[in-house]
Amino acid sequence: MLSQKTKETLLGPLNVNNPVVVQVLGICSALAVTVQLKPALVMGIAVTIIVAMANVIVSLIRNTIPMRIRIIIQLVVVAALVTLVSEVLKAFAYDVAMQLSVYLGLIITNCILMGRLEAFAMTNNAWDSFLDGLGNGFGYAIILVIVAFFRELLGSGALLGYQIIPDSWYAAGYENCGMMMMPAMALILVGCIIWAHRSLNKEEK
Amino acid sequence: MKLNTNSNVYTIVYATIVVIIVAVLLALVSQVLSPRQAANVKLDQQKQMLVALNQELGADPAALYESLVRDTIDRENAKPGIFRFEVDGQTKYVLRLHGAGLWGGIGGYIALDEDKNTIFGINFNHESETPGLGALIVEEPFRSQFIGKHIRNAEGDIVSVVVLKKGNQAENGEEQVDAVSGATITSTGVSDMLKENLCTEYADFLNVENGDASLNGENDENVEPIKEEGE
Repeated sequence: MLSQKTKETLLGPLNVNNPVVVQVLGICSALAVTVQLKPALVMGIAVTIIVAMANVIVSLIRNTIPMRIRIIIQLVVVAALVTLVSEVLKAFAYDVAMQLSVYLGLIITNCILMGRLEAFAMTNNAWDSFLDGLGNGFGYAIILVIVAFFRELLGSGALLGYQIIPDSWYAAGYENCGMMMMPAMALILVGCIIWAHRSLNKEEK
Repeated sequence: MKLNTNSNVYTIVYATIVVIIVAVLLALVSQVLSPRQAANVKLDQQKQMLVALNQELGADPAALYESLVRDTIDRENAKPGIFRFEVDGQTKYVLRLHGAGLWGGIGGYIALDEDKNTIFGINFNHESETPGLGALIVEEPFRSQFIGKHIRNAEGDIVSVVVLKKGNQAENGEEQVDAVSGATITSTGVSDMLKENLCTEYADFLNVENGDASLNGENDENVEPIKEEGE
């Protein structure tokens, strides 16, 4: 089905080469959007789509880009894509656009995009770059979802907005962990994930 | 053929072309989509007003809005807006609110009974408050606290409704609702927004005696220009 290299490009970022816990990219947005599960999911999907599209475009024009202004060109491509997506969403899916509002703009500054464009798309063909974008987007989304899962469950006692912790627990003295609402807790959780991940993958290193 | 992609001329020409292509593309998309976007914004505002009026949105919010709205003073390019609705045979006034939260602007619509005192319903929106904290002001549990509160004190002066941390007592005898815990600045923002809008912005309108059924609060200067534009 898929060749060994394609498989690695697509699936590597999910685990052994994860953009967040191994490459340590995109941490800033991982702190900002993981208070609840829903924005984390939406952000994960949005980043996946945009990183894949930007990878393809940059890969297609990679041989024409002047080396000295390549970062600026990459940034222009990403910013144009994000603006396009947000305009289209505002016209055809207004509710989603409102929900994403701030996060959509945040995608431009996501280090994963620039990181993948510079490290992969500039030296690989369009199809591989597309797979690399998808893989890294998903890898990012997985970590976001894991962090958001714990933050929403422990911080608000809910998942996707639905209450999970029964009222009887609250009556018995259980309290939501306010610390989970703070951005610092996201960093600590990411740290814990990195710890677990490194311990599990020790042999491969 | 090998182009020298590192020469100065190439770099400048390349940058110029890329920027022009992107600019044209974005301008084009924005032009094509802006009517749809404007329609969406309008529909969203109508939906928000319907929520403030405690209406079920149903399948066709625009039609529902048209069936309830009676009169509007929606000054173009200006934040204030006053809308008169008729819900179940009773007149309700909806006022557009705007203020500042923690990270960005907050706004909303407040629906008042005909006495211009009792809150019939309220709805909030925000640009970028923290999810799970400040953003909770748009949720039903926070909003429903306002229903039935009065914006005037016993003497009939407009004093607004204050948002206070649970357990605190309003200083000047205003009616109060509980703040969102963990979102003090957003809650204070809501409180200030209500006070400023009701006590200052809409004071003219609110203080006019309820004579006839027209939007009596606004004097003719404000109404006339809109009519002319519309013709």
